[in-house]
Amino acid sequence: MKNVLFLLFLFTLTACTSASKLSLYQQLDGQKGIERLVDSFINQIGNDDTILPYFTHANVAHFRAGFITHLCSITNGPCEYKGDNMVDIHTGMHISERDFNRVVDLLINAMDEQHISHSVQNQILAKMAPLRAEIINI
Amino acid sequence: MNLLKVIIVLITCVYSFHTLAAQGKLLATPGVSQVEGSAGGGIVPWAQLAGYASDDEFAVNGFCSRADVTDYSLDVCGAQVNLFNRVEFSYAQQQFDVPALDTQIEQSITSAKVRVYGDIVYSQWPQLSVGVQHKSLEDGTVATLLGAQDTSGTDIYLAASKLHLGAIAGYNWFWNITTRYSDANQLGLLGFGGVDKNKEILFEGSTAVFFSREVAVGIEYRQKSNNLGLGEQDWQDLFIAWMPNKNVSVTAAWLDLGRIAGAEDQTGWYLSVTGYW
Repeated sequence: MKNVLFLLFLFTLTACTSASKLSLYQQLDGQKGIERLVDSFINQIGNDDTILPYFTHANVAHFRAGFITHLCSITNGPCEYKGDNMVDIHTGMHISERDFNRVVDLLINAMDEQHISHSVQNQILAKMAPLRAEIINI
Repeated sequence: MNLLKVIIVLITCVYSFHTLAAQGKLLATPGVSQVEGSAGGGIVPWAQLAGYASDDEFAVNGFCSRADVTDYSLDVCGAQVNLFNRVEFSYAQQQFDVPALDTQIEQSITSAKVRVYGDIVYSQWPQLSVGVQHKSLEDGTVATLLGAQDTSGTDIYLAASKLHLGAIAGYNWFWNITTRYSDANQLGLLGFGGVDKNKEILFEGSTAVFFSREVAVGIEYRQKSNNLGLGEQDWQDLFIAWMPNKNVSVTAAWLDLGRIAGAEDQTGWYLSVTGYW
């Protein structure tokens, strides 16, 4: 009986640990979830008078594919981002601190729209925040 | 009821001018307004500069706060200007009520704060700011009677703050540490210094967890000096701040201010509203 209880305890513990050890990619519902999120994000940008002009000369399909792979990669999904680096993409765009934060606001709106939980949102933002230095004012 | 009127005017102004408001920071990251008028928590000035101005914007904010403890109450109203998220200027007017003696003590505080390094969200190291608060009592009679050396004084402080995204079970975690060089007695309301008492270094700290984009719950601590021999004690509070958008914030807190001018166990409530342009 003691052993059974011990096994049950061990099983419960393992179950709990593995539940919380889902990768961010899995918590986003994998590839499909990321595609839905990026589509929401593109829709948010399309409706924003401040940010849309930055995309005047952009190839939206290229941006979509690149951002999906990038998100998949930073959320520990089965992808490796091999696209252009952040500095090359954003050089010459002269993105201000204000507009960078506005894009963050739009990404948060998109994550809200996709009912992504607050804690998963924060962990995604935490992965992306260090990239800011390679994006703004260049 | 004057406070209520000011709050209503503030909120009306904020909503009528919201299209002009600086919006360049992320929601909730400027903090709220502390009792001496600087951007901060309730009792501690933080490293963030007031308002939503980023490096190419300016922001103007107004606030009113009320603290109601066992034997006293404090009303504060003030305003802040943020220039390009580099410099903050603020002015606050405090009115301290002692109902038992039918006395009011008024103090004005003019402050400046300069951001020296970083950004609470994005930089690798915490955001750092230095600040100065110049305080002046309107009528120093009570302060002088209690043994204070001066009726005006200047505090300087260094503050460091950081927001860690998703740090506690996925929730955002904020902390701020401030070191202040001051000889103020109870914020300066009871004057500055005492017999053979000089300025000293005091520690202050705040920490909070964001349970959503709009709601933070946290605690604060502020060390106090005891220049007048009246057993002045350190301050603490437990706060909840609600920042529904970039135009307004509302903060409520439970205060434990210890002994004030000989009266023990000064606990009570705090409410503060800030409007952001």
